[in-house]
Amino acid sequence: MARGPLASRDPFTQLRREIERLFADVFEGRGFGPPPWWEQHRPAVNVWEDQDSVFVELEVPGVKSENLDLSVMGSELSIKVHYPEEKLEGATYHRRERPVGDFARVLRLPTEVDPAKVEASLENGVLTIKLAKAEAARPRKIAVATR
Amino acid sequence: MADEKRMRRTPEEGHVEHLRQGVCYLPLVDIVEKAEEIILKADIPGTRPENIDVNFEDGILTIYAKVDPRQEPGTQYLLREYGVGDYHRSFQVSEAIDASRITAEYADGVLTLHLPKAEAARPRKIPVQVSS
Repeated sequence: MARGPLASRDPFTQLRREIERLFADVFEGRGFGPPPWWEQHRPAVNVWEDQDSVFVELEVPGVKSENLDLSVMGSELSIKVHYPEEKLEGATYHRRERPVGDFARVLRLPTEVDPAKVEASLENGVLTIKLAKAEAARPRKIAVATR
Repeated sequence: MADEKRMRRTPEEGHVEHLRQGVCYLPLVDIVEKAEEIILKADIPGTRPENIDVNFEDGILTIYAKVDPRQEPGTQYLLREYGVGDYHRSFQVSEAIDASRITAEYADGVLTLHLPKAEAARPRKIPVQVSS
């Protein structure tokens, strides 16, 4: 089964992706798409890169930095998010859509990264992680000598 | 309290609205009713207090938040699981609200609204006198 570097390793998710992909092919690209993130029990991410770094962004509204647990090993980034739950006495909930509890996710990054050069910042509920690519994974310009 | 719109979804699913310009998302909310007020919390990450509009008129509460793009327009995403854009959602509030005392605060990407109930809508305990 072909899968990209960032594909989930959970076998059920993989299976569902495959099925969705098959349906998407049948219906000329108009597949069902990924399920909404609150059904996935994991935070949704956007990932992009430039020459030197890989960037991972997550929306984690209501989460403080002490409720985030990030770790990097090789080309894997592990993200754990704890959404705090508020207990309200004598109150009635009319809507309860915002996530509570623990969500975790492991991303396989497209390249090896330098674990010592990872920066994460949290601003207005948006977490941005900048991971410097390992020296070996960066493009190197080769000078061509002329004689 | 009934809301008029569904939850936030990704643009690929077609559950986003196209109003004003560009794409609008529906924020996820918690709505809690207490004896003296209704508290509404909306997940609106990535904006600033000055970019949030809260309106209460004729029993309709409307939240609109402008969210600026965080990456360059031509960014090639390796993985794009959510879109970034403005938030909009409105609610019909059946409870009588004291509109002049509505307060709003924005912290960690969460908008919290306090909607105090109008005096007449609050439960009132009537003491029963004992007559001898």
